[in-house]
Amino acid sequence: MDLTMSPRHDAFRAEVRAFLEQNRGKALASLLGVEAGGVREGVLAWQKLLIERGYAARTIPKQYGGYGAEPDLLERVILDEEFGRAGVSRGVGGQGPDMLVPTLLEHGSEEQKRRWIAPTICGEVIWCQGYSEPGAGSDLASVQTRAVEDGDDFVINGQKIWTTTAQLSHMMFGLIRTEPGAAKHAGLSYLLIPMDTPGIEVRPLRTMTGHAEFNEVFFTNVRVPQANVVGRRGEGWKIANTTLKHERNMLASSAQLESALLRCAELMKTERAGGIRAIDRPLLRDRLLRLQSRVLAMRCHSMRMLTCGLKRESPGVAALVTKLAGCEVSHQIAGLAIDAMGEAGVLYDGAKHVRAGGGWQIHYMFSLGLIIGGGTAQIQKNIIAERGLGLPREPGVVKPEKA
Amino acid sequence: MDFGLSEEQRLLETNLRRYLETERPVPRLRQIMATAEGRDDGLWQALAEMGVLGVLGPEDEGGSGLGLLDAAVAAEQLGRAVAPAPLLGTAVMAATALASAGTPAQRKEWLPKIASGAVRVGVAATELFHPREGFGFRTEAGRLHGRALMVLDAASDAYLVPVGAGGLALVPRSAEGLEVTLLPTIDRTRRFAEIAASGVAAVEWIGGSEGAARAAIRRMIDAGRVAVAADVLGACEVAIERSVAYAQQRVQFGRPIGSFQAVKHLCAEMIAELEPARSLVWYAAHAFDALPDEATLLAAHAKAHLCEIGTFIVRTATEVHGGIGFTDEHDLHLWFKRVGVDRQLLGTPDGAREDAARLQGWM
Repeated sequence: MDLTMSPRHDAFRAEVRAFLEQNRGKALASLLGVEAGGVREGVLAWQKLLIERGYAARTIPKQYGGYGAEPDLLERVILDEEFGRAGVSRGVGGQGPDMLVPTLLEHGSEEQKRRWIAPTICGEVIWCQGYSEPGAGSDLASVQTRAVEDGDDFVINGQKIWTTTAQLSHMMFGLIRTEPGAAKHAGLSYLLIPMDTPGIEVRPLRTMTGHAEFNEVFFTNVRVPQANVVGRRGEGWKIANTTLKHERNMLASSAQLESALLRCAELMKTERAGGIRAIDRPLLRDRLLRLQSRVLAMRCHSMRMLTCGLKRESPGVAALVTKLAGCEVSHQIAGLAIDAMGEAGVLYDGAKHVRAGGGWQIHYMFSLGLIIGGGTAQIQKNIIAERGLGLPREPGVVKPEKA
Repeated sequence: MDFGLSEEQRLLETNLRRYLETERPVPRLRQIMATAEGRDDGLWQALAEMGVLGVLGPEDEGGSGLGLLDAAVAAEQLGRAVAPAPLLGTAVMAATALASAGTPAQRKEWLPKIASGAVRVGVAATELFHPREGFGFRTEAGRLHGRALMVLDAASDAYLVPVGAGGLALVPRSAEGLEVTLLPTIDRTRRFAEIAASGVAAVEWIGGSEGAARAAIRRMIDAGRVAVAADVLGACEVAIERSVAYAQQRVQFGRPIGSFQAVKHLCAEMIAELEPARSLVWYAAHAFDALPDEATLLAAHAKAHLCEIGTFIVRTATEVHGGIGFTDEHDLHLWFKRVGVDRQLLGTPDGAREDAARLQGWM
């Protein structure tokens, strides 16, 4: 265990802090751009600056548009801490930079890496993930959206669902059935699909939050070059699982848990009932402390997993538990914040007296969505037990013979 | 830059684990458990030779000059083996108190003896966490009076007794006026006692005077809490390994019970609780060694959290085993009871969380 900050790290922290003090205005401007809807220049400029300074895409190789630094756990911790303290956006994240880029680095062809990584990390190309279908949720490998060969192209027909940011995306990485004769898992390919291709229709999917965080995407004779397959044809299941691994780590980000816990604690210091602050009510305070234990454990766990990654050691079953544990904590933090507000906790949609714009209710509901999305908690438990602990799979269902 | 155990720590882990598995299998353990004082001098000597007892003592005072993370690695292995070795009181808490506040003469006198296994020191700290009417210590005319419930490591040669806010007295077991009464608990792998002092004169104050050990008491508790958390960690590893092995082998309804999601999900829940908690124990131990601003908060959280998830894990492991796990003949209850006692030591989980709240100005 060595978490000593060397003089180099102290200098790095000072540099980051000075940068944030000088540039806070630009960061806020970039956020305003997002909220104004579609004004992306501020975001792109902020991201460009962050990559130049090595505060985003830090370890992405230079030839693919990144900063090209060697991975360093403490630098990462310093960036998390200083950006968190300043309350400043870490720049562009999400499915492109956090999920597709690591997948391409692992499995993409040189041409795919050169073409897609740079515009993705700088925020010019936005990606969505085409995995789930109405009939293929937990049983993801049963996807039915098909691509049929036609010359050098594939022609895609079918439907995807739960597609986050599809309406804003330029590209989709999707799991598509390309090998009709092959066994279930061997018949899939991982395809990069331009969203402006004729035949793609995006319909917003309004969720229980009242907002359309997801979409349905319909494919009717959508023509995509076969060269857009990542890895080999029929390898889609393996590659999709690489992406899922990164998604699960992203969904359970410990930096986000820490920031949510701190916001919850601050809320509990201001919410009062009968003159007593929520944090002074022993039962609520104990819930806060229990969650703090879990958040600290997830923070330490994330440092341990990062170290394993940097040293190319396999963390074994420990790597599989992050999503299950982290998403649950996130949901419970929001639940506590709502209870701390009492009846005001349910106010929503710009109601008078609403706290934080109803954000805790959105957090509470959306985090339940995250417990389900990216592989439900129950699927996570199957994965942990079967891949991690070596317990036997559920036997297949034997269909009764017809009388 | 590295979050994890060093090569040396992994080696200690492997060696200690191998030794305990070979030399202290459960049948041998059950023999030791059946004796009155539950002392295992052979194991104690082996721990001394492996450098475990001197882990926290400086090298020029007979120790190995390592840190609490190394001690936690050892404590985890002792928890795995439900070993009858009072590492917590002697090698962790007493060594910490002496190393942080002992006078040069006290350090020279006691630390080498702790490292070599020549002396065992029990700790009478329960009143710091759970003051009871009629318990606690005071001095009158230089003599020690009072009582402590649940003294750690009953079969010791001396006891460390906190007095007031900053006094830490070392009292020989043989001192005139000291009465030691063994208190059987659910866990027979360790021994606890009530001690009563009525006018004990043979008192040695850590730091040379009453009140000189305020910071040492804090350090001693922080170290002890992390060691207890590590003991729970080790015990829970075994509870999970045995559950998984049993679920693979036990057949009901014509298939291994581990193929039923109802059972495999219990196993997944146990390991999903344990692995992040392991990271927390490592970090809390490292904080004690290297990050003084965070040490007390992390020790409180590690103690509270490991005992909460430990309680969940040992009861769930028992459920996975079904009826056989409820018998005395099957060994699983040894780990259940070890965790059961760990949970109450050095502050219950809710008490440790209150400490954490106070440290952050939340209470």
